[in-house]
Amino acid sequence: MTFRDIVPIIAVIALLAFVPVFVTANTVLNFLVFTLIIALTAQGWNILGGFGGQFSFGHAAFFGTGAYAAALLQVRLGINPWIAFAIGAMAGAAVGWMIGYLSFRSGLRGSYFALVTLAFAEVLRILANAATFTGGAAGVLIKLHVRPENFQFESRSAFFWIALALVGAVLVLTRWIERSRFGAQLVAVRENEAAAKALGVDTLRVKLGAITLSGAVTAAAGCLYAQYFLYVDANIAYGTWISVEAILAPIIGGLGTVFGPLVGAVALHGLGEVTKLAAGSVPGIDLMVFGVLLVVAVGFAPDGILGLLRRLRRSAQLSGAPRHA
Amino acid sequence: MMYSPAIIAEAVVNGLMTGAIYALIALGLTLVYGVLHIINFAHGALLTAAMFAVWAVHVAFGLDPYLAILPLTPLFFGLGYAVQRFVIGPASHGSDSNILLVTLGLSIAIENALLAGFRSDTRSLNTDYGFQVVELGPLLLSKPRLIGFGAAVLVTVLLWLLLSRTDTGKAIRAVAKEKLGASLVGIDVAHVYAVTFGLGCACLAVAACLLMPTFYVNPRIGQAFVLVAFTIVVLGGMGSIPGALLGGLFIGVVESLCGLFLGDSLGQIGIFLIFILVLLVRPTGMFGAKA
Amino acid sequence: MLEVQNATKRFGGLVAVNQASLKAAIGSITGLIGPNGAGKTTLFTLISGFESLTEGRVLFQGQDISHDETHIRARRGIARTFQIVQPFAGLSVIENIAVGAYLHHAKRSDAMARAEEVGRRVGLGPELDKSASSLTVAGRKRLELARALATEPKLLLLDEVLAGLNPSEIRDIIPVIRAIRDEGVSILMIEHVMQAVMNLCEQVYVLAHGRIIAEGPPAEVCDDATVIEAYLGTGAAERLKREKVHA
Ligand SMILES: Nc1ncnc2c1ncn2[C@@H]1O[C@H](COP(=O)(O)OP(=O)(O)OP(=O)(O)O)[C@@H](O)[C@H]1O
Ligand SMILES: [Mg+2]
Repeated sequence: MTFRDIVPIIAVIALLAFVPVFVTANTVLNFLVFTLIIALTAQGWNILGGFGGQFSFGHAAFFGTGAYAAALLQVRLGINPWIAFAIGAMAGAAVGWMIGYLSFRSGLRGSYFALVTLAFAEVLRILANAATFTGGAAGVLIKLHVRPENFQFESRSAFFWIALALVGAVLVLTRWIERSRFGAQLVAVRENEAAAKALGVDTLRVKLGAITLSGAVTAAAGCLYAQYFLYVDANIAYGTWISVEAILAPIIGGLGTVFGPLVGAVALHGLGEVTKLAAGSVPGIDLMVFGVLLVVAVGFAPDGILGLLRRLRRSAQLSGAPRHA
Repeated sequence: MMYSPAIIAEAVVNGLMTGAIYALIALGLTLVYGVLHIINFAHGALLTAAMFAVWAVHVAFGLDPYLAILPLTPLFFGLGYAVQRFVIGPASHGSDSNILLVTLGLSIAIENALLAGFRSDTRSLNTDYGFQVVELGPLLLSKPRLIGFGAAVLVTVLLWLLLSRTDTGKAIRAVAKEKLGASLVGIDVAHVYAVTFGLGCACLAVAACLLMPTFYVNPRIGQAFVLVAFTIVVLGGMGSIPGALLGGLFIGVVESLCGLFLGDSLGQIGIFLIFILVLLVRPTGMFGAKA
Repeated sequence: MLEVQNATKRFGGLVAVNQASLKAAIGSITGLIGPNGAGKTTLFTLISGFESLTEGRVLFQGQDISHDETHIRARRGIARTFQIVQPFAGLSVIENIAVGAYLHHAKRSDAMARAEEVGRRVGLGPELDKSASSLTVAGRKRLELARALATEPKLLLLDEVLAGLNPSEIRDIIPVIRAIRDEGVSILMIEHVMQAVMNLCEQVYVLAHGRIIAEGPPAEVCDDATVIEAYLGTGAAERLKREKVHA
């Protein structure tokens, strides 16, 4: 990876960093922070699903682990929230490695892998909902104590910048994946596992690497969620909603691309807000649109928004260029 | 803690009765898997839709849930046919992972459309037989659930007969075995796919009608069932009809016993652990090979 | 270089490979021929580690590699091509080859440079930036060869790389294979195109119903009565001899 590879990332992040200067309304900032958390969750999914072709339907397992770790470590054990955050991400990596080891070792792929990840997430949800350590169905409340060393801030902009920095860091990470041997091997596994093996790719190790990274990134999003909303319960942390969000954004934005998850998350939640404005406060209307969009995207725009843009640009170039008969 | 044999026996029998309905739901899933080789993630949402349909025809026309089987089964067959033929088939371009995503999208869309239409309230039906019981030796059994059990077993047998004895069944089995060969001998594969999907949805309509006298419906209810149904399908062997019945009964009993020993909130965990174990150890199922 | 000892592979009741033994000498091209369904490809999957042996051993450079995983064998220097081509369809030609090159070149620039070099060598120069799925049959066969070659193997297993090519395409690729051998890469090739076998191979093994039924220099093997019968049925050798006499 060279510096030139990350120039677009730096440009996009720098541009976005100015948003809180112009936008100060809390509702808008809330929306932006939430969207960035979803983008981060989806960036994690994209490493495994987009680059590795292993579609997990249970990324809630990682998101929830991050969220609960961040909350419980500080509430129950009094650990500093920043350290809890780091541990939370590592816990996500560990859970990722474990789920990956069990399922990839048994050769699960395709729909079977989707199902088993879904089941792992459900087991964790039920456990978190029942155990007393996790606060059971009542969940965990993080005490409000606004101080930077507590990972709590006066202004929402601070959170926005932290979320943005994390998203930026993962953009760089993803770009590195795209440019590295690990990434090439991961994509090879996605395209054709047998051929990859024949070329000396240790497919198990590569997939494990991907799910571990993926788990860490999505868990970091979970930590951020807990820290922002100061509350976690089983249906939020380990609920299917977040697994679905993790899948939707990369597919809408552009599967297996660096910017796909971010573009997808912004587009989806932007659209969601518009739908809510248009339809009033009908519950579920935004998600209904997302579902339809997923079907349409898979059917007609398999490369997502970024793919559409690329195609548009190409056809614009073609029509702009002088024609030869 | 000790449990009296009577309590355990009752839990087992109750489990069997729930299990039969589970089996019926799993039947649709396994049939679709066996023929199209896809996992239909929209199965749960379609079940929810069927349950709302039962509720709606009862409220609007006073139609008894058992009688609702007559109009709703063909209706859902047609719905399933159309969804496969005009949505899933064209949108997935024949790729497995696309089908996974398309059915996921459908499931999100249907579930949230129901949420938008009916809100998140839980609804149930009032029938005069809802709480009737039948005495069977020392056991008191709910009459509607007993009916559900009998009907579910009956439908399984009917479906099995349909597949093994009729021309349609023959075509379906041919496509399941060898898609290319079937299309070469003149079978319209897209049509057979749609029929199969329609049959899967018809099973859901029957299951919904059998469930509603004793159960309730809300927009998220399908999720709970579908995960159980996946477990059954995996346990019984993807694509196996007898496997779905056995698996359904088994899971019903496991759930009921886990509920008894572990309490309601942890009860479901037994199912998922079985699910994960079976997937990890033998993804082709415990009760027989892939059909 | 490579030695297969009494290899047996059973699929349920079917014995696909039965007590087969063969050797491939360093720096030589060894042929493996036999009728359809004889078990040739299966023998390759045993050598490359895609399937495990039911019985027997595989030795490579004197070491028993029977229990090594596929990617370990690739690292040791065994590369295979697939009879049914297996391109990374979503990637460009050069990216396909680079996956092989990454085996011994960790840096992207090195791997890409190596991939480009190998690509040109097998005649894919003009196609390097195209999508692999846009290649013709001949192109895909070349891609198989290029990817395997990019791993810098010591032993190359070629599974019918000439099948489906027209005579002029075959004529183009034969020197490429010979040049690879001349660089010191040992080659074991499954081939139905007899002209190529005669042309390239120093030693030939004949597999029928999972058993090695003959071995030797190609010209000798092709005259062997058991070999002719394996291909054409019992009595065929006799008939051919009689026809020759009458002619
Ligand atoms: N994975 C498998 N499971 C079961 N049977 C197999 C498997 N792989 C190969 N076979 C069977 O083993 C036998 C040998 O097949 P193989 O592909 O090795 O033959 P081959 O010599 O390469 O033939 P061809 O010249 O047609 O490529 C065939 O009968 C085939 O059906
Ligand atoms: Mg072969």
